[in-house]
Amino acid sequence: MNKRRFLQALSLPLWSTSLPVAWAQTALPDAPSVSRFYAQLVHANYEDVLAAGLALKQSIQAFIARPETSGLDAARQAWLLARDGYGQTEAFRFYGGPIDDDKGPEGRLNAWPLDEGYIDGVKGRPHSGLINQRAVPISKASLTRLNERDGEENIAAGWHAIEFLLWGQDLRADGAGQRSFEDFVTGKAPNADRRRQYLLTVTDLLIDDLRTLVAAWAPARRNYRHAFERGGMESVRKIIVGLGSLSRGELAGERMEVALNTQDQEDEHSCFSDNTHRDIVNNALGIENVWLGRYTRRDGSVLQGPASLRALVATKDPALADKVSQQISLSVQKARAITPPFDREIIGGKDAPGRQRVQAVIDSLVQQSKDLVDAANALGITRLTLVKP
Amino acid sequence: MFCRHWLGGPLALCLGALVHSAMAVPPRDPADEKTGGATTVYATGRNAFSFPLANLSDEERTRFAIGNSFFRRNWVEAPASTTARDGLGPHFIARSCGGCHVQDGRGAPPDFRRGLQDQPIGLLLRLSIPGVGEHGGVIPEPTYGDQLNNAGIQGVKPEGLITLRVKPLKGQLPDGTRYTLLQPGYTFKDLAYGPMSPHTLVSPRVAPQLIGVGLIESIAEEDILANAREQSAMAGPIKGVPNRVWDAMAQRMVIGRFGWKANVGSLAHQSAGAFVGDMGITSPLFPHQTCTPTQKDCLLAPEGGHGDATEIDAETLGHVVFYQAALAPPARRNSTHPEVLKGQRLFHQAQCASCHRPSYQTGKALFPRLSSPALAGQKIWPYTDLLLHDMGPGLADGRPDFAAHGQQWKTPPLWGIGLIKDVNGHTRLLHDGRARNVQEAILWHGGEAQASRDLFARLSAAERRALILFVESL
Repeated sequence: MNKRRFLQALSLPLWSTSLPVAWAQTALPDAPSVSRFYAQLVHANYEDVLAAGLALKQSIQAFIARPETSGLDAARQAWLLARDGYGQTEAFRFYGGPIDDDKGPEGRLNAWPLDEGYIDGVKGRPHSGLINQRAVPISKASLTRLNERDGEENIAAGWHAIEFLLWGQDLRADGAGQRSFEDFVTGKAPNADRRRQYLLTVTDLLIDDLRTLVAAWAPARRNYRHAFERGGMESVRKIIVGLGSLSRGELAGERMEVALNTQDQEDEHSCFSDNTHRDIVNNALGIENVWLGRYTRRDGSVLQGPASLRALVATKDPALADKVSQQISLSVQKARAITPPFDREIIGGKDAPGRQRVQAVIDSLVQQSKDLVDAANALGITRLTLVKP
Repeated sequence: MFCRHWLGGPLALCLGALVHSAMAVPPRDPADEKTGGATTVYATGRNAFSFPLANLSDEERTRFAIGNSFFRRNWVEAPASTTARDGLGPHFIARSCGGCHVQDGRGAPPDFRRGLQDQPIGLLLRLSIPGVGEHGGVIPEPTYGDQLNNAGIQGVKPEGLITLRVKPLKGQLPDGTRYTLLQPGYTFKDLAYGPMSPHTLVSPRVAPQLIGVGLIESIAEEDILANAREQSAMAGPIKGVPNRVWDAMAQRMVIGRFGWKANVGSLAHQSAGAFVGDMGITSPLFPHQTCTPTQKDCLLAPEGGHGDATEIDAETLGHVVFYQAALAPPARRNSTHPEVLKGQRLFHQAQCASCHRPSYQTGKALFPRLSSPALAGQKIWPYTDLLLHDMGPGLADGRPDFAAHGQQWKTPPLWGIGLIKDVNGHTRLLHDGRARNVQEAILWHGGEAQASRDLFARLSAAERRALILFVESL
C-alpha cells in the first residue's frame, strides 16, 4: 500500500468513516493480497477436481455394479473430464506444498509412467500384477504401501492406475487402449472380482487424497493455507517456483522432450487413453490461471481478481509483465495446436509437422520459464530452483 | 578457550584440544549456504534431490530430462514390445536406477519390524573371497559373483534371499543419557546355485543420494592427495588415505571417490557397473552379463541387445551419466539460526571437519562429454575429504576393496543429509543404514574417529542438539 496515501487517509476528518473511493480503487497488489488470492484460486481448482472425482467415483460404482460397454464409456468420460481440472492443478507443485511435501500425495495421485505389469496382466505376461496375485490384499492401506515400492514405476494407485484399468494397454497405433468390460465380469476374465475391487479401492484412495488437498487449502485456522497467506514474499517465491518448474522441467522436459527423443509410445503421459494432448493444454492453462489470476470453474463461472502475480510484477515492471503474459498465452495457444493422438504426433524425422508442433510448445515454455525468472528477479526474489543460465 | 566448554572433562583433553590449533574454528563463510555455488537450487520436499544444476544451459536441460527418463523408468525382460528399455536381467536386484536411488535419494535397510518379509530395497550385498584380483581389486565369489542378485527374470532363479537380524547395543553417554545402537547381521537363505565359499566376504551397501556427484567428480585429484598429506603431517589419530582403483572408462588406475569405500573413480564406471551388476543391462563399458559358469539358466537366458549392440548404447549411457552429474545440491536450510551456528563451531571444535572437509573449488570435468561446464570453478560444500579412514571394528565389514582394508570407509559427503527425510521418508545413515539418525551415526564412529566421537559424547545435551542441527542444515 502506498504509504503517502495511507498517511493522507489518516488525516481525514474524524467523522469520515468510509474510505475515499479513489483510494480503494488504487490499492496496489502486494505479497499478502497475491498470496490470499492464489490460495483462493488453488482451493477453487481442487474443489472442482474433487467434485469431478466424486462424479468419476459414481460412474465407476455404476459400472462395477453392472459391467457393460455403456458403463465403461461413461466411466472413461468422467475420467477425462476430471483430468481437465487436475491438469491445471499441477501448477501448484514443486515447492513442497500440500501436494508434494514429505507426506504429500502426489506420488499416489499422479505418478507416471507406470509399469502396467505391476498392476495387472499385460501382453506376454497375462498373470502378472497385483490383481492376479490373490495373496496380496486389496485395500487402501495395502495399495498405499505397494505404491512406488521397489521403484518409481511400480505404481499401484492414482489417475493413471485408474486409466489403465479403464482403457487397458494401448497396443494399437491408431487409437487408445481397448480393454473390454468383460475384464470385470466374473467368469469372463481371471480375477475379475479382484479387478473390480481394485478399481473401486483405487478410486476411493484418489478421493481421499483430493479431500486432503481441499482441506489444506480451505479457509481455515490451522492449515497450510493459513500459514501460506502470511508467508509474505516467500509465498510469492513458491508460487513462481511452481510455475517455473512445471514450465521447464516437467512439461517441456519430462513430458515432451523425452517423448520426442525416444519416440516411444510409453513415454506419453496418458498413454492408455491417448489424452496427453489435453494434459499438455491443461498444464499450460494452469500456469496461465495463476499468472493472470483468472480460473474458469467447472460450472463455467470465472474466478478472477486484481491481486494476481501479473499485477504484482507490473507494479515493478509493466513491460515485463506484458511480455510474460504474451509468452504464457502463446504456450497455451501452441499447446492447443497439438494434433491428437500425441503418440503419433511425436513420430518421424526433424521435419515431421507433428514433431514441429510439439517442439513449438517446448520452445515457448522454455522462453516462458526464463521470463518467469526475470519476473521473480523484478520482485527481488533470487532463490529459485530454476536460475537463469 | 576450549577447556571452558568441556565442563568436568579431563585436563588432558583440554590440552589435547589446544594442540590441534590447525582446527581453530574458522569464521563462518556465508557462501556456505550455496552448497554447490552457482549450481545450487533452493528446494525442499520430495523433489529436493531431483532438480538440475541451476546454471545448466537449455540444451543441457533437455539432455537432463532424457537421461532422467532412462534413470527412472523400469527396464523390462527381453523380448519386449518396448525396445528402448529391454534386457533386464537375467539376474537383477532392481528394475531401474530409481528403484534403489528413489527420487535420486538414499536407500534404507529392510524394515522387518512391521512384518514385511520382503527383500531390501536400495541395499545390496557385495561379495568376494580373500585375495587380490584384476587390477588390484576384489576376487568375486566363484558362484555368485561380486554381489548377490535376489531376483531373476522368468526361467532364471534368484541367486538367493537376504535375511537380516538386528542386535541392540545399549550404551550410556557420560551425562547419563541412554542410547541404543542397532548392529545388523546379514545372512543368506535359499541359495539357488549351491553353497557359497566358506571364506566369502560380505559387505552390505545402501544406495547413496546422488546430489552433487558431478561436483564431486570435478574435485581435483590433487586436492584429495593434499588432504592425505595434511592429515599425515597433523598430530592426532586422523590419517586418511586415498583409494586407487581401476576405471573402465579411463582405462587406467585413478583416485577413487564414489562408493562407500571410494572403490569407484568415475560416474561412468559407477553407472555402467550398476547397470550390469544391479540390473543385468550390458553396455559398451561392460558388454558381458555377469552369469558365472555354474549359473546355466542365466547363461541360456535371452539377451536384450540387438545384433552386436549392447542393451544400453553408448549415447544413452552417456545421457544417464550426464543426468546424474547434473543433479543439483540443494541449498542449506537455517544456516544462520543461532543453534545451527553454535553447532557449526562445535563441529569444528570436535575435529569433525578434519575428515568432513567443508569445501573445495571444483576444477575441470573428468570426461567433458559426460559432464557440464556448469560444474567447473564452483565453490562447493560437500563436507568430505574423500579419503579412507579406519573407523574401528564396530563398523568394519572385513572386506578389502582395492587399497581399502576391512576397517576402512570413505568419508561420505554430508550435504543433503537433513533432506533425506523429505525425499525418502527415513533418516537412515552409514553404509548399511544401521544408524537411525545423526546422533547414532556419530556414536558409531570409532578407530581414527574415536576421539571426536568421545568429544561429542561429552557435550551437554544442548550442545549435542546444536551440533546435530548443524549437520541436518547442510
